Amino acid sequence: MFRNQYDTDVTTWSPTGRLFQVEYAMEAVKQGSAAIGLRSRSHVVLASVNKAQSELSSHQRKIFKVDDHIGVAIAGLTADGRVLSRYMRSESINHSFTYESPLPVGRLVVRLADKAQQVCTQRSWKRPYGVGLLVGGLDESGAHLYYNCPSGNYFEYQAFAIGSRSQAAKTYLERRFESFNESSREDLIKDAILAIRETLQGETLKSSLCTVSVLGVDEPFHFLDQESIQKVIDTFEKVPEEEEDGGEAEAEAAAAPTEQGGAGDQDVAPMEM
Amino acid sequence: MTKQHANWSPYDNNGGTCVAIAGSDYCVIAADTRMSTGYSILSRDYSKIHKLADKAVLSSSGFQADVKALQKVLKSRHLVYQHQHNKQMSCPAMAQLLSNTLYFKRFFPYYAFNVLGGLDEEGKGCVFTYDAVGSYEKVGYSAQGSGSTLIMPFLDNQLKSPSPLLLPAQDAITPLSEPEAVDLVKTVFASATERDIYTGDKLEIMILKADGIRTEVMELRKD
Repeated sequence: MFRNQYDTDVTTWSPTGRLFQVEYAMEAVKQGSAAIGLRSRSHVVLASVNKAQSELSSHQRKIFKVDDHIGVAIAGLTADGRVLSRYMRSESINHSFTYESPLPVGRLVVRLADKAQQVCTQRSWKRPYGVGLLVGGLDESGAHLYYNCPSGNYFEYQAFAIGSRSQAAKTYLERRFESFNESSREDLIKDAILAIRETLQGETLKSSLCTVSVLGVDEPFHFLDQESIQKVIDTFEKVPEEEEDGGEAEAEAAAAPTEQGGAGDQDVAPMEM
Repeated sequence: MTKQHANWSPYDNNGGTCVAIAGSDYCVIAADTRMSTGYSILSRDYSKIHKLADKAVLSSSGFQADVKALQKVLKSRHLVYQHQHNKQMSCPAMAQLLSNTLYFKRFFPYYAFNVLGGLDEEGKGCVFTYDAVGSYEKVGYSAQGSGSTLIMPFLDNQLKSPSPLLLPAQDAITPLSEPEAVDLVKTVFASATERDIYTGDKLEIMILKADGIRTEVMELRKD
């Protein structure tokens, strides 16, 4: 994307009918570390890569509980994401107060898109939120996963990935998504972690590198602890220091994903070689 | 020129009695289940006890519509607290929140007479008693509602709670064991039911301990 004379204001159209500030906001999403969401008929899993500013600091929290039945994973300007999470929590609590029932996910994403995101694309004194949100939740009509754009658009997905190197994860998900609806909870979690692994581009997958959250029927939103995540990782990675070869990993290695830009390595060999 | 008076009242009293007793490692919160209006009975099985947090249980008599509204507000505020602090509210924190919420409507009060019971941060039982506009006090035991005047003097007699005016401040916690406290509660309610027409039907008792909450139900006279 190149600078041009129509990109100073969010309220200025370009002659080709584009709002460049909004598109630049969507670029910010691509810069954040990866976040992934998948859903089955009864469960939704949200996972993210733990990125820390430096070795000295803790990593940023990218997954938030909105309510027992809704969670959100963000990518982009995490500060913007925190503010929007607070908005979503407030909406959920107010809905429960008024209607004594949980807020349907579809209603939440519409309000988020209209009241929070779109408004910021139509006021000269505001700027768009620089964060993409993967909203996962469960309501009377089943499990849902939505992606909310800085533009105020939103789409429903079976599975999706956002943030840096998300293309690798998306390729993995595209291959597998048709089976997700019928997946068990455990398989869904495993697929989420495997998708995260795709974004790490050869880096060894450790439970400390990712955060995973689950929600489902009879299971309120909660984070998986490091032990549980490590157990899942251990099922497909025999020993972390050796070659990444495990029962499941064979299938993945056979159809290794093409990396987005970069070295373009096809193999899944670990860095230590 | 006599003052004009409204021909209707926004309030009604649905009667009932609530009691709470604090122990060294437990708290007993009890209330009858009769809901009335005037001289009629609306329900023989209406719970006046509401769990606000793991360690804080609220029991309120008075105007149940206001009580319901108050419970909803506190529940929402507790959710906000949990999102911000990543933990449940402690009983003393909830006590302050309840007081603030009540005073917020100082000029159109919640017609609710509250007793908040639970475990404090050290695991000891605590009871907070309120008036309609939020004035509150930590005590060892309390009774509110239509039967409170019958019950309170007897609790004073049995539990000998030291005066909060004493120096150094003495613990308000009763030395009674948990079964003894539950028994005492059943006794006071049976007595109050005899003379207070608004108290009766069933007695609901919640016993709060560190490992969880237990509920007991006892039948009371239905007349």
